[in-house]
Amino acid sequence: MRLLFLFGLVLLPLQGRAAGMGYDEARLLLNRTGFAASENQVNEFAKLSREQAVERILRGARDMVVTAPPAWVNDPITPPRILRNLSPEERKTKRQEEIRKGIELRAWWLQEMIATPSPLTEKMTLFWHNHFVSSQQKVRYSKLMYQQNVLLRKYALGNFGELLHAVSKDPAMIVYLDSATNRKGHPNENFAREVMELFTLGEGHYTETDVKEAARAFTGWSIEPETGEFRWRPFFHDDGIKTVLHKSGNLEGDAVLDILLAQPDTADFIVAKMWREFIAPTPDPREVARIADQFRGSHYEIKIALRAILLSDAFYSQNNRALLIKSPVELVVGTLRQFDFSVPDALPFAFAAAQLGQNLFSPPNVKGWPGGEAWINSATLLARKQFLERLFRAQEMPQLMRTALKEKAKANGAGKLGMEQRERLVQAMEGIQFDADRWLSQFNVDPRAQAERLVLATAPVDRIDGHARGLELIREITRDPVYQLE
Amino acid sequence: MDRRNFLRKLGLGGFLVFVPGSLYAASSRYDYGNLLVLIELKGGNDGLNTVIPYADDEYYRLRPDIAIPRDQVLQLDERTGMHFSLKPLIALWQAKELAIIQGVGYPQPNLSHFRSIEIWDTASSSQEYLSEGWLSRVFASDPVPTRFAADGLVIGNQDLGPFSGGGTRAITLANTEQFLRQARLAGDTGLHVTNPALEHILKVENDIQQAASRLKGDYQFKTEFPATPFGNSLKNASQVIAGGGGVAAIKISLNGFDTHSGQPGTQQRLLGELAEGLVAFKSALNEVNCWNSTLIMTYAEFGRRPQQNLSHGTDHGTSNVHFMVGGKVKGGLYGPTPLLKQLDGNGNPAFGVDFRSLYATAVEKWWNLESRNILGGKFATLDVLQA
Repeated sequence: MRLLFLFGLVLLPLQGRAAGMGYDEARLLLNRTGFAASENQVNEFAKLSREQAVERILRGARDMVVTAPPAWVNDPITPPRILRNLSPEERKTKRQEEIRKGIELRAWWLQEMIATPSPLTEKMTLFWHNHFVSSQQKVRYSKLMYQQNVLLRKYALGNFGELLHAVSKDPAMIVYLDSATNRKGHPNENFAREVMELFTLGEGHYTETDVKEAARAFTGWSIEPETGEFRWRPFFHDDGIKTVLHKSGNLEGDAVLDILLAQPDTADFIVAKMWREFIAPTPDPREVARIADQFRGSHYEIKIALRAILLSDAFYSQNNRALLIKSPVELVVGTLRQFDFSVPDALPFAFAAAQLGQNLFSPPNVKGWPGGEAWINSATLLARKQFLERLFRAQEMPQLMRTALKEKAKANGAGKLGMEQRERLVQAMEGIQFDADRWLSQFNVDPRAQAERLVLATAPVDRIDGHARGLELIREITRDPVYQLE
Repeated sequence: MDRRNFLRKLGLGGFLVFVPGSLYAASSRYDYGNLLVLIELKGGNDGLNTVIPYADDEYYRLRPDIAIPRDQVLQLDERTGMHFSLKPLIALWQAKELAIIQGVGYPQPNLSHFRSIEIWDTASSSQEYLSEGWLSRVFASDPVPTRFAADGLVIGNQDLGPFSGGGTRAITLANTEQFLRQARLAGDTGLHVTNPALEHILKVENDIQQAASRLKGDYQFKTEFPATPFGNSLKNASQVIAGGGGVAAIKISLNGFDTHSGQPGTQQRLLGELAEGLVAFKSALNEVNCWNSTLIMTYAEFGRRPQQNLSHGTDHGTSNVHFMVGGKVKGGLYGPTPLLKQLDGNGNPAFGVDFRSLYATAVEKWWNLESRNILGGKFATLDVLQA
């Protein structure tokens, strides 16, 4: 019986080739562009050709969320002028309020990742969050972080040039990279350097002089402290002649961004980064150059580059399977989506992702999360295993999590949670539901083999030929080191 | 016949050299009885406001708003002093256990955080890209005894830094006791695979198993550690050292030195944490008689520019000041004082001591190993350690 079934598995993709891309390629495509596809989705996409499948995914892109953001995103900010005049006690209260808002923001985004009909949209929003990095640690105002997230989503699959111009004037970015203090005669080079090194050209494709000159061009970009909106301050702008990458003139900030966009290095840099996100850690330079040409030729339409990547031979190559290590967010959201967890409130997972090394809205530095093998060290690997262990003991979880709460709270700043949010956290954990038997019931031939084929990117390492059933079977599969890969 | 000769006779030596992991590598010339503790001042500490040329008018001219006033400087000699929040270190200075090395840098300095820390972590030159950390290269050439819990330990921050690449057994943890509780979740397959991502995960699992079987984290010190993340990291380091499981090097980070704006308050707090932490560390290591076998060394990606910016901060600079601390350190001032009237085109002072000289000192004088092949050249050692 088992032998017959395995034989069938080998035949299936061959049969499918003529009509569609087949199960394995469909699974690969859906998982690399989303968060752990379901068996039904994979079967549906298996019938499509690669081109049809990629078109359907790209067409599904959105620029709005389906999850309502916290109500406070519409409230005005408390300007620094008022904060400065508060008593130390009041200031502390304000700070804690901002921290609580930040936690709610993380929960909101994770909820959206769980709920969205277009996982690719959220994946690309996260990709740009890790590219155009800003961190709440420095920006402080949760509202500005929210607004930046909205902006990144708006352009997530739009035009990279427009995104670059917009995010460079985004208030959170203005604060994060010190543009507001970059003034004529007293340049602050932070933004000028990072826009070249990390946002466009990449290290080694510009000189120190370019940085200094560009910083002069960006002077005058600032924010209005009362509202937290972008503000142009001509008085602080240096309107002398600057030379950036051999282009001279009375350059202002937008002109410098256009100079950066005109450099072929920019398209190469972005495409190579997309390659590492969607295909494998080591980009193929010739393929990157080919796709970058199309990208630049389209004036930086992100969908053009992404389509080329998703239709490249390298994407489907057997040599590139299972080479990506899941990010904490991919692991957490993917697990919740994969196993049909019911998650009325994603708040607990904001802490979980942070503990695994990816605290949304707070990347470690302007370079973002390094990703890849850096996700896995002894501390984070153990945290991942513990997370899965606890998650799948869904019934015992409320108590377990309560016990763990204190410990976690200390590590992740939840100690600053107010009573209200603490209560919300406990309720959120009690609301998490999962039915292993129901989930497994969709596999009627050989549940273990079928579940493994859906859940694992390649053959498991710990081949325990056990007789595990139900929840135990799922725990065994997710405990395998291969579960960390995609 | 030692292991290496034995293997060579079997014709396996050449092959085994390429097997990652020190388990199979040649035996070492050193037993790593001396411990190296690296403290990373992440973000690029402003050396000029840490160790201050308080007699130099140029210093006050370059920093009208953020210079440390002369009467607040802790004077070390007639022209050099320390930031007032380093006061706890005065005891170490007077005990001649604190070496201050000024003017540390490298030719053609890079001002990017990431590239420059990569240069420091891999001990490369400015134009050279190396994939392995400098300590990984030391351990590959002279393996840490296999009975050790790990080659290197990273506490707090998760960046492997000088331990990255190679077959280094590097363990990252925030809390030793928690690590030991969780370690049972790691498998130990001992399997060999070709998928590099999977290979990495399996290696980490094996490293966890080995570390967990040897580390201890329950030593009760009389010393009280500062209630800061940095203090907590030092406490965990002290417990690992007291437990005797064996590690060759420990890396601890103190974050937040990228002071582009509002520097005075931030740096005062951070230097205070550093100084109080180091004093507690010494006290704890004295309790377990390990102070004389521990060398502490600070490092950072770069120093900061002498000219302040308009935000009461400083931008990325080049040469910097670093500390070496320990029971065997010969305290005092080393390296040149910054020549603030002779800044380069970017407004930075020239360096006088190559950072690889600090590494060469650790490798040759602390571990009695050759450093030339590790560091890609001969770098002068500093006479900063007692024989």
